[in-house]
Amino acid sequence: MKLSQNNRRLFKLAIGLIITASIISAPAILPVFRLNLLGRYLSLAIVALGVDLIWGFAGLLSLGQGIFFTLGGYCAAMYLQLNSSAELPNGIPEFFGLYGVQKLPFFWEPFKSSFFTLIAIWLIPALVAGLLGFLVFRNRIKGVYFSILTQAALLVFFNFFNGQQKLINGTNGLKTDVTELFGQMVGSDSMQRYFFWITALLVVLAWIFARWIVRDRFGNVLIAIRDDEPRLRFTGYNPTFFKTIVFSIAGGLAGISGALYTVQSGIVSPQFMTVPFSIEMVIWVAVGGRGTLLGAILGAVVINYTKSLVSEALPASWMFIQGGLFILVVTALPEGVLGWFQNDGPKNLLSRLGIARPISTYPSLEIDGKEEVKP
Amino acid sequence: MQLIIESLFNGVAIGSVLLIAALGLAIVFGLMGVINLAHGELMMLGAYSTYVTQLIFKLPALKPIYNAYVIVAIGVAFLVSAVVGILLERSVIRRLYGNPLETLLATWGVSLILQQFVRSVPLAYGTGIAIALLTGLILPILLPKNLYKKNRAHLVKFGTWSVSALIGVISSSGLSATISKLGRASARNVDVTAPAWMRGGFELWGITFPMTRLVIIVITGIAVLSVTWFLNRSVWGIRIRAVTQNRSMSDCLGISTETVDVLTFGIGSGLAGVAGVAISLLGSVGPNVGGSYIVGCFMVVVLGGVGNLMGTIIASFCIGIITDLIGAGRLLTIWPQMPAPLASAIDFFATTSMARVLVFALIVIFLQFRPAGLFPQKGRMVEA
Repeated sequence: MKLSQNNRRLFKLAIGLIITASIISAPAILPVFRLNLLGRYLSLAIVALGVDLIWGFAGLLSLGQGIFFTLGGYCAAMYLQLNSSAELPNGIPEFFGLYGVQKLPFFWEPFKSSFFTLIAIWLIPALVAGLLGFLVFRNRIKGVYFSILTQAALLVFFNFFNGQQKLINGTNGLKTDVTELFGQMVGSDSMQRYFFWITALLVVLAWIFARWIVRDRFGNVLIAIRDDEPRLRFTGYNPTFFKTIVFSIAGGLAGISGALYTVQSGIVSPQFMTVPFSIEMVIWVAVGGRGTLLGAILGAVVINYTKSLVSEALPASWMFIQGGLFILVVTALPEGVLGWFQNDGPKNLLSRLGIARPISTYPSLEIDGKEEVKP
Repeated sequence: MQLIIESLFNGVAIGSVLLIAALGLAIVFGLMGVINLAHGELMMLGAYSTYVTQLIFKLPALKPIYNAYVIVAIGVAFLVSAVVGILLERSVIRRLYGNPLETLLATWGVSLILQQFVRSVPLAYGTGIAIALLTGLILPILLPKNLYKKNRAHLVKFGTWSVSALIGVISSSGLSATISKLGRASARNVDVTAPAWMRGGFELWGITFPMTRLVIIVITGIAVLSVTWFLNRSVWGIRIRAVTQNRSMSDCLGISTETVDVLTFGIGSGLAGVAGVAISLLGSVGPNVGGSYIVGCFMVVVLGGVGNLMGTIIASFCIGIITDLIGAGRLLTIWPQMPAPLASAIDFFATTSMARVLVFALIVIFLQFRPAGLFPQKGRMVEA
């Protein structure tokens, strides 16, 4: 017996209302510094939505979302740099001069156009994700092998971006806070306020988009892939196609998220492609509740905000807390906080403490100690 | 000829570091299906154990046998990492068998905690904890069996653990008093200095082979041989393989599968410790040292195929030799008359990081033809 449909809808509505209210009131309450942090974390919620789509719904644990995140960030940063370097020698960003580059590398040419950049921010990461995903899924590489390969791909991209000074300024990354957009400094307070609103709007749009995907038949296929892929294949579906599509959607979301994060943090660098950052994305979703879209958003924002508060107060302790969070969520709360609420977690807890009446369930069968079959 | 031998040696040296690092991972992953992201941190613990052992051997009482500290360190590192690994298995991983993705996340959490532990806790305390855990696990084996009578068992257990805790506290305070370097917590990297006989090189056919590299190759060789012997010839090795092939049937035949799990994980973690000794000889040791090796190890396991030591060995040497050939730009020296476009392409990849990029690309291409690695497991299962 789950929560009744009405209650559940009310619960979700309440959470949605709380989020909306806090976002709308945030610019009035918070100082610019905190507002900027909140904006950054909201942009991370978009990449978390992508992780939730591929992991929570399709069961693909990618440890390489940082690749797509950073690609989006580089696209945005390069546009801003090109846009504000017209008066500089050769008309190219300053850092090229340090490495003796006279002419803009050819692949950066199109980024002079704002229209192209707006498309490239999500299209390039989506294409890279699609290609990588296709090559991996085609061979039915899945489960932990997929995770390992995405992690290795992340490291490869990190090495590549770190080593290429002449093309992308290597390990220093691209700065955006001193660049100009519409005649205003990107790092200025008023600009950051605009970015906050844009981010908030895009989070909502991304949530609606993700919801539309998982509510559709496409979403059913994704859940089928997660729960029993061979059976789906025997029914005549081709999982490779669906997995590639959803992986590239997640890549595109990561790209948008990376671009928004970059303009709000003022720099994009290969540090966004380090292994820990990409795994953190997974833990936001895991804590919030995998398979619940609101959970992904909440997880990303709340954990990151807590992280910044805790690391300001006790710098050394965050790693312990984060490590403990990983272990705790996996062992004690596998469905995440929101999932726990939705699956009658509070009621179960109460009944276990002897306060409420236990919920009557069918006994679950155990076969071979592994699979649980619920009749 | 000289050139070929030299590059082959370099490749084998890189490969043997990869192999010793990946060996434990391959065992745990191949036999138990557990992805241990904390493997790198277990290596880091092994490297720090080497450092502590080295400092202890610098004390006046042990100074005469200082040169032998590396050999002692191998044992110490194995034990420390194995104990931490066993603790990890008993507390966390045991609850997650059959959920590889969840195990992956949990072990990542463990690796974060271990890293921060090394940063913010003085090494002397860490050593004390390790000593306490070791004595606590070993004492019950040494004590006579009839002490554990029914009504006394709990009391004896409590007694052994409190004695070992006491030993741990005493040794940690003794260490921090005598060696001031161990008494302070620091996030800075530390350096293990190789003993005199390991510095310099060994000359043959006009080529100098660095001694440390040779020692690492020898350590790797011994580790691989003993693991092979253990898995194929010893009683417990055969039990481990039986449980891998069919857990419930082995259980029915009276094999204690829980002991097998602990043993497998302990050995895999211990091998990580031995790898830690090897990497401590190569460069400075810091809290993040494990992270730089872990992805390479996973590539070895993926390329070699699961549950097959031969695959792991061949894969790590292949990766090592190819990385060296590309990264050091050796192809150009071996074949100077190369056509210009090819030469410039090779020049582009001739750094360590770009060599990694190319090796990864090659592995992904290889997996297009052999998705299950070099030596796939044979079977008729749907889920390979």
